[in-house]
Order: sequence, then structure tokens, then C-alpha cells
Amino acid sequence: MKQPWLMRPATIRSLWIGFVLVLGLILLAGLLVPAHGYFGLDGSFAFNAWYGFLTCVGMILAAKALGYFLKRRDSYYDRD
Amino acid sequence: MTGIELVPPGLVLIAGAVLLPLCGPRLRVLAVLGLPLIALALVWQVPDGASLRLAFLDYQLEPVRGDRLSRLFGTVFAVMAFGGGLFALNHARRVELVAALVYAGGALGVCFSGDLLSLFVFWEVMALASTLLVWSAMTDRAQHAGLRYLLVHLFGGVLLMVGIVGHVSDTGSVAFTAMALDSPAHWLMLAGFLLNAGAPPLSAWLPDAYPEASPAGMVFLSAFTTKIAVYVLLRGFPGADILVYIGLYMIFYGILYALLENDMRRILAYSIVNQVGFMVCGIGIGTEMALNGAAAHAFTHIIYKALLLMSAGSVLYMTGRRKCTDLGGLFQSMPLTTVCGIIGALSISAFPLTSGFVSKSMISQAAAHQELLAVWLLLAVASAGVFLHAGIKFPWFVFFQKDSGLRPPDPPLNMRLAMILFAFFCIALGVWPAPLYALLPFPVDYVPYTWAHVIDALQLLLFSGLAFFIMLPYMRRTLTVTLDTDWVYRRLAPRALGRLGSLAARLDAGLRRAVLRRIDTAIDTLFRYHGPRGILARTWATGSMVLWVVILLGIYLVAYYY
Repeated sequence: MKQPWLMRPATIRSLWIGFVLVLGLILLAGLLVPAHGYFGLDGSFAFNAWYGFLTCVGMILAAKALGYFLKRRDSYYDRD
Repeated sequence: MTGIELVPPGLVLIAGAVLLPLCGPRLRVLAVLGLPLIALALVWQVPDGASLRLAFLDYQLEPVRGDRLSRLFGTVFAVMAFGGGLFALNHARRVELVAALVYAGGALGVCFSGDLLSLFVFWEVMALASTLLVWSAMTDRAQHAGLRYLLVHLFGGVLLMVGIVGHVSDTGSVAFTAMALDSPAHWLMLAGFLLNAGAPPLSAWLPDAYPEASPAGMVFLSAFTTKIAVYVLLRGFPGADILVYIGLYMIFYGILYALLENDMRRILAYSIVNQVGFMVCGIGIGTEMALNGAAAHAFTHIIYKALLLMSAGSVLYMTGRRKCTDLGGLFQSMPLTTVCGIIGALSISAFPLTSGFVSKSMISQAAAHQELLAVWLLLAVASAGVFLHAGIKFPWFVFFQKDSGLRPPDPPLNMRLAMILFAFFCIALGVWPAPLYALLPFPVDYVPYTWAHVIDALQLLLFSGLAFFIMLPYMRRTLTVTLDTDWVYRRLAPRALGRLGSLAARLDAGLRRAVLRRIDTAIDTLFRYHGPRGILARTWATGSMVLWVVILLGIYLVAYYY
């Protein structure tokens, strides 16, 4: 069966290239528009970019850690 | 006054719902679509202030009392009842449609209740109708989950009722106005309200019960109970500091649990708690901008969450599957459902040009204006986290991810139309927020579309997206559930009660054995002396009796002489 367009490795590679370009552009756009932070920190260059990225990595790891203690097989309650 | 403003908008839906079973199929379609529109028209006839007063005991009830806030929520509830009804038409059972309309009618009733007693009555109508909606799925899991749902909500109703009684005896008034947290009664009312919002420690009722409802059932459920809680908190406890912290807890609870979840509709259920957390936090901040933000966010949330659940419901309806591990690659055969799901996902993530952007950013902005740095930073993390758990995770795992081999077509026409309508609202409100802002309780002094806002939002969201795809190996779905506080009443309490039961049974058996042994011993003793061979029951020979008599008389004689 022919792979659909969106699932071909070549497409995925070009999507990644496009995505990285967009990320670069949005960082540049941050330079052009004067930031007006309320607290100082939020006005610094690319604050939202690195803050969003790092906190997301943090949340994924936190969820992973939480799952280590709280995950059970999904039939856990089936005998209720 | 034409008299039409005296008609409670909610009562139209409830009365119509009661008559629904008598309607034939065509009339039923007309009723399910027409009644919410009539209710919407009535919502806009309700003037400011009380338009209907009833005397009850010594109290003045005001079942219809309007202002900007009640009309805002009334509008979105009526629109939701229409959209949900359209989505449900082809597959919902008759009892489900009745329950859904009564449920929506109850929500409208609470919206326009000027006094606490009317509010409580409609509050309980909602609890019962929503339970029926869960049960309407007619599965064993839905039966059990519905019962747990009902018990939790009846408990919440008891808290609320005790609070109301305390409040009325303290103040002598049943009017529903803003309250301070200065008495046990008010704390109880707050607890009753918060329970419906999905606040800790009992948040688990929501992801437990909602995903067990039918595809259309969950669309309805997502809209009313939690948002009516937001409405009463907005009216009853604006600016209560504790709500900021409760809201933040709900936000992160929703994100972390949704990240761990495998069931697509449970992911969206956790994300309801997360989104209501934003609103509760905004109510806690309590400035005009924050309250506007919370109200606007409730409005937009109802629409995009319904859209997300319509999209998930369509997948469930067409494939019968709900686990991310079973799904994937559906974009190939369900293009419309995919596009609508993505529009809902972008809206919940507050992407610019979608409805979430124009409402959620008001809450963050209000935190910034109040110089609440920690709250603002946490709300920014939370915005990124929403994109992570709902914005990308839901569409990625359901529609893309891998090829599951499933090739279902898009769902039937009415379900597609409902999705298109709500997707249109999501974009329209995002592009042109002015009509929504005009409905908000306070004048709006906020411009969402400045370059700085848009670029900040895009940086935050796109780099969160980068984190998602880089961390994808850590996000692999597993066939698991995540334990929550409902473990206490689903596992710990039944087991503890079971143990207690078997302990009592053992104690009982031991006691019985001991008592029976005593009785046996007593009977044995009696038998030994009085039984047929017992010493006291033995028959004695006449000769020996005569001998004994002679001996006794001899003793008597001897005793007489001395």
C-alpha cells in the first residue's frame, strides 16, 4: 500500500525544516517588536520561547515521574 | 412588559423535554433544535433585575432575575444546547435527548435564579439529569461511573444546602449576592460550588464519569456542570484569594494527568479541569479584567471543548475505539473531523485568531496588572502545558501518529454540521472578539491583537510544540490508568469495608461457637444427672429404699434418746 503523503519520510523531513524555519522567524520577529514586559524578566529576548520550551520539557518529565508512582494497568478497576 | 420576560428560559427546555417522548421522529428533530433557539430568544428578553417574584414561606423567591453575566452564560448555554442537539440527532437515545434538554434547562435555571432556593432546585435538577445522561450510554461501566458521579454530586448538594440554610439563618435573606468567606455557611457553599467545578480533592468524578457517556452525552456534559460552577463562583465569590491557588492546582492537575492518559476522551476530560482552573484562578484574582477574562473564557471554552468532544465523539462513533494506542492515521479518511479537531485544539491552546486567544490572555494580563509575578509565570507555563496535553497530544495521537489501519469515513451529516458550526464560532470569535467583549459583565479595556501579544503567544506555543516532538519518545502511550483520589472510594474504602466485614464475620462466628459450646456443656451436664441413665433419674429397687428408711429411722431413734 502506498504511504500517504503526510507519512513519507521525505515529507516529514521537509516539515521539520519548515518548522525550524518558522521557529527562527518568530524569534527574529521578537527582535523587531519592542517587548514591554511587566516584570522585567518577561521583556528579555525570546523569553516566551525558552520559557515555554523548558517548562514543557519539565512538565513531561514531571508527568513521567508521577506516572512512575500512580500508573496502573487500565483493567485495574475492572473487577469493581 | 409583554409578559414574555416572565417565562423562565430554562423552564421552556425542561417542559419541552418532558413532552419529547410523545413526539414522533420529525417533531422530535424540530423540538431538539427549536427549543434551544426559543430559550435563546427568551434569554434575551430577560431584563435587568427581577422579572418574576414568588412568595414561599417567609421568603421572596426570584426565579427569573437577569443581568449581563446571566445573559452571557444563558446565551452560551442555549447555543450549546442547540449544537449538542444537532450533533446528537442521529444517534442519541430518546431518554438521552430528554436528559440533555432538562440538563440544559437546569443550567439556564441556575443562570437566572435571583435567590438561593431556586438556584438549589435547578442545581439538583442538573445533577439528576446529568446522571441520567451518563447512564444513557447503557453500558456496565456507565452504570457504575454514573452511580459514583451521582453520589459525589449529591454530597456536593448536601454541602451546598447546609451552607444555604446557614446563610439564610445568619442573614435572613435568600438573595444570591456576592459573599465573603466569613462564616462556616459560606465556606460550605463555596465547597459545594467548587465540587461541581472539578476542584480538588474530588476532581476525579469528572474524568471518571464523563468519558463513559455516549459520544453526544459527553458533548453535553462538558458544557454545563463545570461552567455553571464558574458562573456561581463569579457571582458569589469574586476575588476570594483561595480561588487563585485552587485554580492553579486544577490547571496543573489537568495537564499532568492528561499527559499520562491513553483514552482520548479522558484526555479531554482532564483538560476540562485544567481549563476551569484558568477561570477559577481569574475569579480569585478578582479585578474587573480578571472577571471579564474568566467569563469570556467560560464562553469560548464551552464552544471549543464541545468541538473537541464532537471530534473525539465522531471518532468513537465511527470506530468504536477510544484509546490512543488503538487510533492513529485517521486524517486520511476523516478529513473534516481532523480539521475540526485541530481547530478546537488550536482554540483551547489560545492560538492567535482562535477564540481561546481572546479570552485566556485577559486572565494572564489581569495577573500581570496586579503584579502577581508567580501567578503570571505559572499561567504562562500552564498555557504552554495546554498546548502540550490537548493542543498537540489529542490531534497527534488520534489523527496522525501511526497508521492504525482504520479507514472510517467522516460521521453522518448532522454530526458534521454541528462540528462545522462550532469550528466557525471558534474562528469567528477569535478573529472578531468585539461581540463577545460587548456581552461581558464589565466594560472591556483590553486589546488582544497587539504585535507583542501575538509574537509572545506564538513563541510560547511553537516552542512548546518543539518540546513535544523532541520528547515524543517519552510520550509513548501505554495501556494504563493513573490513580487519583477516587482510588479512595473505588478501591481503599471497599477493600477496607470488605476487611471490616470479614473481621466482623470472624468475630461473629467465634462468639457463636463459644456460646454454643457453653450451651452444649450445660446440656451435657443436665443430661449426665437427669438423663435416662443419669444418677438422679435412675430407678431404685424397693429393698434398698426400705433399707434406707430403716437406717434413717434408726438414726432418728438414737438421736431421740440422747
